[in-house]
Amino acid sequence: MRVMVLVKANEDSERGDYSGHEEEFAAMGKYNEELLKSGIMLAGEGLTPSSEGKRVAFGEDGAARVIDGPFAEAKELVGGFWIWQVSSMDEAVEWLKRAPFKGASVELRRVVEPADFEGKISRDLIDAEQRLRDQTGQQG
Amino acid sequence: MTPAASAAPDAGAARRTAEAVWRIESARLIAGLARLTGDVGLAEDLAQDALVAALEQWPATGMPDNPGAWLTAVARRRYVDGVRRQAVFDRKAEQIGRELAEAEDPMDEIEFDAHVEDDVLRLIFTACHPVLSRDARVALTLKLVAGLSTEQIAHAFLVSTPTMAARVTRAKKALGDARVPFEVPAGAELEARLASVLEVVYLIFNEGYAATAGDSWTRADLCEEAMRLGRMLAALAPDEPEVHGLVALMEIQASRIPARTGQDGAMITLLDQDRSRWNRLLITHGLESLARARSLSGSEVSGPYVLQAALAACHARALVAADTDWTRIATLYQMLASLSPSPVVELNRAVAVAMADGPAAALPIVDSLAGDPALQHYHLLPSVRGDLLARLGRDAEARAEFERAAAMTGNAAERAHLLRRAAAC
Repeated sequence: MRVMVLVKANEDSERGDYSGHEEEFAAMGKYNEELLKSGIMLAGEGLTPSSEGKRVAFGEDGAARVIDGPFAEAKELVGGFWIWQVSSMDEAVEWLKRAPFKGASVELRRVVEPADFEGKISRDLIDAEQRLRDQTGQQG
Repeated sequence: MTPAASAAPDAGAARRTAEAVWRIESARLIAGLARLTGDVGLAEDLAQDALVAALEQWPATGMPDNPGAWLTAVARRRYVDGVRRQAVFDRKAEQIGRELAEAEDPMDEIEFDAHVEDDVLRLIFTACHPVLSRDARVALTLKLVAGLSTEQIAHAFLVSTPTMAARVTRAKKALGDARVPFEVPAGAELEARLASVLEVVYLIFNEGYAATAGDSWTRADLCEEAMRLGRMLAALAPDEPEVHGLVALMEIQASRIPARTGQDGAMITLLDQDRSRWNRLLITHGLESLARARSLSGSEVSGPYVLQAALAACHARALVAADTDWTRIATLYQMLASLSPSPVVELNRAVAVAMADGPAAALPIVDSLAGDPALQHYHLLPSVRGDLLARLGRDAEARAEFERAAAMTGNAAERAHLLRRAAAC
């Protein structure tokens, strides 16, 4: 199974201010290496401050409206992510507990697999759903 | 994090946590113990004892801050106690005893470091030692390196748990009997031993890959285990092109799993698959691994896994089947055939030639394989021949070949597919 690890932004990361975080960066480098050597890491990236970001809001009529960053509420924003391939959510939790974060909030979410829909909705709908997700580029 | 704060609310949660820790720590734990004791079998027993102790104690005490260090400390103490009990009070045991007694905190000793990584690599090479049968190597690798339980391995390979347990025990004993040293081979031996390691990983992958089109989804987990082992190996032995080649091959093949079965579990062949369902993350990862393998070796023909990955990449790069570069695929098969001649590779080359230059150009290649004893029970030979004949308009002959192929395959989904093709002729 795959899980996405969502690391929330904080005020420093939103400012793009990494001074005084050298030790944290070194520890994170070591942690990433450990993830790599265990074979579980599929992807992992950090994100620039939301001041460089955009939001696109869709109206009820489907009309798109672009909103420029920065966005308020740093702790609601995502500052980075990993995608891990693990054998269980418990394993993902144990891996995450080893991460060298301090004063951070990190969320673990399981990636949907087609099997999650098996028996819940008809196969046609699964296929349609899959196609939809493919088109929106959400397929893992 | 205090032990109280992480105390498990119930035994079930504590057990799941211990199992998760085991999955993360077991390879390093066993590898470190194997270096200490010089005996992989004993190392595994000690590690299992430590896991049992964890399952007994953690529900009451809560999980320790560093569970891997806790397991290692318990296992090392057991080893020393065991040596003492046997009254084999040799210098080694004294020394270890003294080290343990002197250590301020035995937890400090086993931080993640290069030393431990070397041990894990030694463990992989030992579990895949050619003195063992293929089945034994596969079982031992999943048990010692991937951290799967005997029950899980037995289930994946469709044998009973006692049968698998006996296989693991025999394998451990065989390593001891053969006095296999706990080391990464060097020099000329390395190439042959690495080939054995890669073969084991790919066998595990194929066991899972063959299962995905059949009835069992659990066995498909073996694909993930194999990819995990492959990535592990790529990180531990980053200079070996074939390791990256194998990772690329597995990831690109696995990217197609979501597209391989249609409604009612019917198998969908490569060219008919909806390519938008291919897993793009795995393809990207796989192509990166392939590029790495090529830059390391400086050529395309470094080895069979890199070549097979290059073949898989030709398909992965074509967004629609019609864009496939069949001429290049035929060339790559020719390179593969010169590296390791095989009638199966030749059959695949025939398929590529048919796509590049038409069925008439490929039929002589297939016909030349007709008498090959290695392909006598290989359903893909009549299946491919049937396809070529159908495309040449020789329907009656094609139908007969598809029916022959259907009778030869053991896979229900594949048989249904072949019978549909026969009916369409």
